[in-house]
Order: sequence, then structure tokens, then C-alpha cells
Amino acid sequence: MEEILRMEAHEIAAAVRAGKLSARTVLEATLERIAAVDGIPGRIGGDPEAEPDKIHAFITRTAERARAQADAVDAKIAAGEDPGPLAGVPFTVKDIFVVEGTPSTAASRILANYIGPYTATPVERMEAAGGVMLGKVNLDEFTFGSSSESSAFKPTPRNPWDTSRVPGGSSGGSAAAVAAGEGWLSLGTDTAGSIRQPAAFCGVVGLKPTYGRVSRYGLIAFGSSLDTPGPIARSVRDAALMLQVIAGRDPHDATSAAVPVPDYLAALEKDVRGLRVGLSPDYFRIVRAEGGELVEEPLPAEIKQAVLDTAERLANMGVEIVEDVPMPHNRYGIPAYFVIARVEAASNLHRYDGVKYGYRTPDRVADMREMYRKSRGQGFGLQPKLRILMGMYVSAAQYSERYYQRALQVRTLIRRDFEAIFDPEGKYRLDALLTPTTPTAAFPMGAVYGDSVLMQYADQLTVAANHAGVPGISVPVTTDADGLPLGVQLLGRDFDEATILRLARAVEDAVDFKPQITQIAQK
Amino acid sequence: MPEEEITPELFEHLVELAAFELSAEEAEYLRAELNKQLNAIHELEAVPLPPDTPITSHGVPYTPEISAPPREDRWQPFPHPEKLMAQAPETEDGYIVVPDIPHEEI
Repeated sequence: MEEILRMEAHEIAAAVRAGKLSARTVLEATLERIAAVDGIPGRIGGDPEAEPDKIHAFITRTAERARAQADAVDAKIAAGEDPGPLAGVPFTVKDIFVVEGTPSTAASRILANYIGPYTATPVERMEAAGGVMLGKVNLDEFTFGSSSESSAFKPTPRNPWDTSRVPGGSSGGSAAAVAAGEGWLSLGTDTAGSIRQPAAFCGVVGLKPTYGRVSRYGLIAFGSSLDTPGPIARSVRDAALMLQVIAGRDPHDATSAAVPVPDYLAALEKDVRGLRVGLSPDYFRIVRAEGGELVEEPLPAEIKQAVLDTAERLANMGVEIVEDVPMPHNRYGIPAYFVIARVEAASNLHRYDGVKYGYRTPDRVADMREMYRKSRGQGFGLQPKLRILMGMYVSAAQYSERYYQRALQVRTLIRRDFEAIFDPEGKYRLDALLTPTTPTAAFPMGAVYGDSVLMQYADQLTVAANHAGVPGISVPVTTDADGLPLGVQLLGRDFDEATILRLARAVEDAVDFKPQITQIAQK
Repeated sequence: MPEEEITPELFEHLVELAAFELSAEEAEYLRAELNKQLNAIHELEAVPLPPDTPITSHGVPYTPEISAPPREDRWQPFPHPEKLMAQAPETEDGYIVVPDIPHEEI
């Protein structure tokens, strides 16, 4: 069993396709691992403190569905057919995607009883490629957070490196599961950093593709101009393998772009010599937002050093490092996001009204309006309520110019920063920008939750890529003095995931941090 | 302490528009957080912004080459309408049941 768990996803798929390993064997080993480390799944009304030494990645486990899928893969092999590039690879799905016949909850009471009537395109593609879905994993309610603690399903996920710490968020269940060996891959979403930040906190690889690269069909919407589905994996190669399967145009999503999908695995083999990678001083300054006061300060020395060490190793491989690249609007990413994401969230969350599906108050009501107020009041947790209220305020007719219009103009300036550094005729002509992924390592549970400004600033180094739409990947490179993983981020040109994957692969080769299953620890 | 932008009166108005029934404790937390977040949002006022700066509603430009062509305007039935109806909190004879809908004289 240990031997199977230590393999990478591409090795599992190769062994299954070659008939050397059965999908059912792989699945049973994974289910055993889950039984050993995960503990009770999150549920409405659950005890947040239950089993503090377990991971609690899941909301819903679908073992029987997974067994049927694994057996179908094995039957194809027996019949001489190819099950596909993910043959027999167990994966999890952030519970913000609708999957037919499974609870699809968004980690909210308001959708706790909702059963998916169809399957999201990226999940459908993974299953069609021979992947085996283990179940739905926990997240911040409607993805609104950076620690997974706002989930209505308790206990919320814990960080496998130190279970007293958060796994990050909002794809915290995804990153924790992958780090702990509960499946090889997880489908997450990234609206401000929700794939890259938990990947960094849990010592795994997280890729936010270009907006439009992966279909959002079946993704429960939050910020429709920012939401991006993408892979979380233990290695860059496995993330590339998964992106290959989920990327590409989907007639069900008009915003999925008609851009050819290159061979990502082949791209990994190319030399990185001669590529131009930038470092920006604007990513070495952070804003500390304790108690609502915003104070600018230098990036913690350990995290800065991790980025500089990575740059040096890339330079040793022939990469040209370009210093002092200006990204002057990076620091406005979070303030603009506070406006844009809230407007989009408020618009998307009006549909939850207790009429057609989801939670309806059991209380006696006088009329429809009271039913709305009680259903939404009881069904939504604090973070969705906060986002809806802010979204309504900053988009109201009399305030919109001051807030929403201004934020959308600032978004233009953030986009222009990226266009300038990636311009092939410009001063910098970069292939990628190398930055830290997060301003801190994983923080203790309960340390930040409740302070919505401080929590939002956890995404200050990742959110600009969402505003600009460009792809970004977080790769673990080292551990800090507390033994917690640190990640670096590579940001790339529109639809050029191939180049940042290639660089990420080089980083992975050059650093001492190797893909591994985390030994569960409590410090 | 700066003047609160979201006053209790404005907050009540937003809560009414958002259709939430809130406890006093929830209301206190939410109003305080809104004001804290606005403090961060006000950072945007420091950005030099020429008045002709266009807005960006999507980061990646959607050129005609990469955009989806308009779909044919054709009705496609959902294959399993019963699955959708089964999600409704209360139904009767294929209809969704709701409480009285208030009517106002305009």
C-alpha cells in the first residue's frame, strides 16, 4: 500500500494502462489511507474541535461510486481498451462543483440538501479520462475565505504538516487531501488565490490557469469574472497531466476560450535556458492588516530568501533573471477585489431564495418576503452575508461611480502592469514573474478567522493574477523555521501555462523539497 | 475614530434589500466589518487615475478569434426535469408551492 501511495499520478496511470496495476487496488489503498488519516467528515452542526489530530478534508465520500468507476477502468483494460490519461487515478473535487447524484453544498447550509442534477465539465472530463472520484472536499462557505474555517460543515480541514494550523483556503480540503495522500489530484477553484495559497500552505503544487482556459460549467458561481478552476497535485508533472484533461473550449460555457491546448507534458521536457524571469520589488513589500489598520512592511525575511534562492537556482540552469521589474498596482489588488468580487458575489447569491432548491426556513411565515428573509438569514453564514451587503452597497446607483467604476478602472491598471512586463517588444520581455505565493506560512486555526480584512490580505500576492486573468502556479520550495512549507509563485502570459509549468518543473528539480505525502503532525 | 460610513440606518436599508433576518449579534459584527473593509477600499482613492481610463470587466481580452460564436437560438429540453423539481422545498402537482406573495398598490 505504502508503495502505491508514494507513486505519482502519471506513474499510476501508466501502470494501470499497462495492466501492471489494477485501478481497484489503487482505489482500495487510497480508501485505507483516508480511513486512517481523515477522521469524521464535516457536517452541519458538527463539532469544530472534534478529532484535532485528523485532516477532515471531506464533506462527502463516494466510495461506492469510486469502486464502480475503478472497476469500469479495469474492465476496459481487460477488454483491450484504453481508459484514458488518468486511468485509475483517484481524485477529489472541491464541493463548489456540481456532480450528478452527489450532495453539492458549497459548504453552506443553504445548499446542504442540494443534489447535483448534472456534472460539471472539468469533473466530467476527468472521469471520462479514467479518473476515479473519491468524493467532495471541504472549503470556505461559497469559497469566501483563505482558511476553510468559514465552512458550515464542521470540523473544517486541518493542515497535514501541523493539524493545529489551517490548510489555507478556500480550496483547503483539496490541498490538505492531496498533501495527506488522500487522492493524487484535486479540482479546486481560484478567485483571488484559492488554489495557490492553500497549495503553498500544504506543500503541494497549485495551478490557476488563464481565465477561460478551463470551463466553469457546473461551478457554483462566486466572482464570475475571476473564478478559475484548476489542479492541485503533489508534483508539477501531475498538475500538467490534469490540466491537459480539463483544459479547452466547452460549448456549455461561453467564456471558455477557443484557444488550442498544447501538449503540457511535452512542454515540461524543454530546456529552460534562455527564458527570462522577473523579480519585482513590489512583491517584496506587503500590507499588514491587523485590526483594520493597514501598515506596509517588508516581506518576512525567510519568504524573501526562498524566492531569491529559487531565482539563483534558476539562474544556474541558464534562466535570465531580470530584477527591479515594476508592478506598481499590485498593492491595490485587494482593495479593488473588496469591491469587484463583492458586487459579483451579491449578484450571484441572489438566486438562493428558498423557492426552487436549497434551504427553506421551517418557521411559520406570513408571506413570501418573510420566507426569503428567514431562509437567507438562516441559510447563509456570516461571510456570504458580509459579501452580499458590501456588494449591494458599492454597486448602488449613488455609490457605484465612487467604488465599483473606480475599482474596475484600477483593474485596468493592474492588467497593464502585466501587459508591460510580458510585452515581447517592451523593456522587460519576460516569460514569467517569480514572486512569493503568500505573505506568511500556514497560520494557527482561529488566529485570523473573524477579521475579514486580515483574512482577505492573505491573498495579497495572488489576487492580481485574477484581476488580470493571467495564469499562475505555486510550487513548494522549502520549509520555514517552524517546519512549515513555503511556496513560490510563477505568473505567466495569457494562455501560456506551458511556460510556467516548464519553469515550475525546473524549480521542483532544483530545490531540496520533493513531492511527498506529508506525515501527519501536530506541533 | 473616523466617522462610520455604514451607519445603523444605512445598514438596515442594505439588510432589507439583501433580504436577511439577522440577530443583533450578527448585525453588530457585519456592520463593523463593512466599515473596516471600506477603510481598505479607500486605498483606491490614492491611485492616480486619468479620467479616460477604461474599465476592465475581464482580465483576458475576449477577441472574436477566441470567443464562442453565438449559439443557435434553439430550445433544448433538460433531460431530467424531475431531478430539478425534486430539489424544490415544496411542490404540488408539478408546481412549486410558495407562501402568499404580498401585493402593493402602486
